[in-house]
Amino acid sequence: MLPSSAAKTAAPAALSVSALRCGYGEKEVLKGISFSVASGEFVGILGPNGAGKSTLVQALSGIIDASRGSIEIMGGSIEGLSLKERARRLAVIVQDGDIRFPFSCREIVEMGRYPHQRRWQMDSAGDLEAVEKALALTDTASLGERPISAVSGGERQRVFMAKSLAQETPILLLDEATSAMDIHRKLGIFKVLEQQNREENLTVLAVLHDINLAALFCRRMVFLKDGCIEADGPSDEVLTAEVLERVYENRVIVQEIENLHKKQVIFLP
Amino acid sequence: MNQTVMDTRRGRSHPAVSLPRLLFWVGFVLTIILAAFISSGLGTFKTPYQSIIRLWLAPVFPGLSTGIDDTVQYIVIHVRLARICLAFLVGSALALAGTVYQGVLLNPLADPFTLGISTGAAFGASVAILLGVGSVQFLGVSALPAAAFAGALLALYLVYLLGSADGRIHIVTLVLAGIIVSTFLSAMINLMKSLNEESVSTIVFWIMGSLSGKSWAHVFLVLPYLIVGAAAIFCFTRELDLLSLGDIQAQQLGVNVPRVRFWLLLAASLITASAVAVSGIIGFVGLVIPHLVRLALGPRHTMLIPASLLAGGLLVLVSDSIARSILPGGEEIPVGVVTAIIGGPFFCYLLLRRKQQLRLH
Repeated sequence: MLPSSAAKTAAPAALSVSALRCGYGEKEVLKGISFSVASGEFVGILGPNGAGKSTLVQALSGIIDASRGSIEIMGGSIEGLSLKERARRLAVIVQDGDIRFPFSCREIVEMGRYPHQRRWQMDSAGDLEAVEKALALTDTASLGERPISAVSGGERQRVFMAKSLAQETPILLLDEATSAMDIHRKLGIFKVLEQQNREENLTVLAVLHDINLAALFCRRMVFLKDGCIEADGPSDEVLTAEVLERVYENRVIVQEIENLHKKQVIFLP
Repeated sequence: MNQTVMDTRRGRSHPAVSLPRLLFWVGFVLTIILAAFISSGLGTFKTPYQSIIRLWLAPVFPGLSTGIDDTVQYIVIHVRLARICLAFLVGSALALAGTVYQGVLLNPLADPFTLGISTGAAFGASVAILLGVGSVQFLGVSALPAAAFAGALLALYLVYLLGSADGRIHIVTLVLAGIIVSTFLSAMINLMKSLNEESVSTIVFWIMGSLSGKSWAHVFLVLPYLIVGAAAIFCFTRELDLLSLGDIQAQQLGVNVPRVRFWLLLAASLITASAVAVSGIIGFVGLVIPHLVRLALGPRHTMLIPASLLAGGLLVLVSDSIARSILPGGEEIPVGVVTAIIGGPFFCYLLLRRKQQLRLH
């Protein structure tokens, strides 16, 4: 799809992180992590507070620079990509979509088209189509002209999710994006992501606190602990009591839900 | 006019320029021209509107102005119209800068003077007045605006220096730097006032802000800054929308936040400095016009920026016309007082109406 990535390998990695070290000032949070995500994967990034999940998101979205190591997005080094080019490859859905001025929900979603637009350019038919599709997928079309300041927290997160879907990137990064939602909305959003993942080959990387939500949707899990990768593999293999007890230092029971072929985790006091 | 505004709002998701929107802008510009026309006939010196019409049309139909008394011609063209143009430019400059400051600093309380530019200008003017060079003429303009402009640039430089200590501009540090520089320069102004009691009234009068006695030379002093600054700001209207998502989200959407922020603040600051240098400090416009236009047209900067520019110009034009013509003896009211008296109630009305519409409580 992208010439630079097609030239490199037959099946280019959507994301490739190698020996990544970064942090804030003197404090190193990520201590040399490496992993690679193939196009079309649905990956959950999990771990306790302070493990480096948010730092990883910031590094992947170019907010903080790596002090060592490298990040490649669709075969292009993150430093080599222009900001707009990066925003055409990877979209981020953040935890708190705070906004100062009362833009309408639709206007927020339209902002997702920015990396595709040139200066002075009016919204094209493609832009409008992408916006309509994103509104429909997240069930936010009815919010349309309402100001973002007048909708509930959960609705607001759906609007911000629609904004990122309107960005039409091959990779989507979620940073605890569903935390303020009702459980049925959470599931609804993840079902949409799963559908996009299967039908449009969208690569999804979800940073999550909620292990059980991850267990329902993520086909691969990466567990971070103290800035290092503690476990990485298909969910069936790594979602075990042994791994979880190592990561969270707590006793757990992992149960298989019959008929669903999914696991759920119960932490014991 | 409200109907036009609502139509424009409804039509804003359509890509093409819609007819209601076009009518809205044409109506807006015509209102300003009408206000300027009426204002050019106001004043203690009686000038019949019949002569005014002929003078207005004279550039297009030469010969129309023949037979009009020279004094009338001079007063209308070189006194009133120059002042009207300057009022419009200063109002436009302040409202435009205010909109940019609020959008970039993400602070609804920001105005063109947040970063200490007004105090810088007042400091420069005070130094000139104290040294007695305030009235020295140079190319038809006195040294006072030049000194004020230099003072504004000095303040701006200090604020940027303090606000970007580690090479990047941080909003909170920048605003803090503005307050510190402002406070320091205010203290210096007060020191100068106490050192020289004679010049106190001149300094106070300058700080209060007035367009009295200004000529076309002042207009051409502000105009280049406004044109260049406004052009730069127009380039970044979409980025201004995205900045309201916060630095992180804007950056994730592909906006080069530090670069955009730097150019926007610089453009707005230069515009403000040039306006303050000729007019002194006219409050209210830069703070309230952006809010007023946002309430009427929504927060999108593609609409907000040009509409603020026009609305700010119109407000100061009307206010200054009232300020110079309402008292029978030919005395003037400070223009800042009139802008607040006119703008305040209108702002309250819009706020209450929108609150009902949005069901905000």
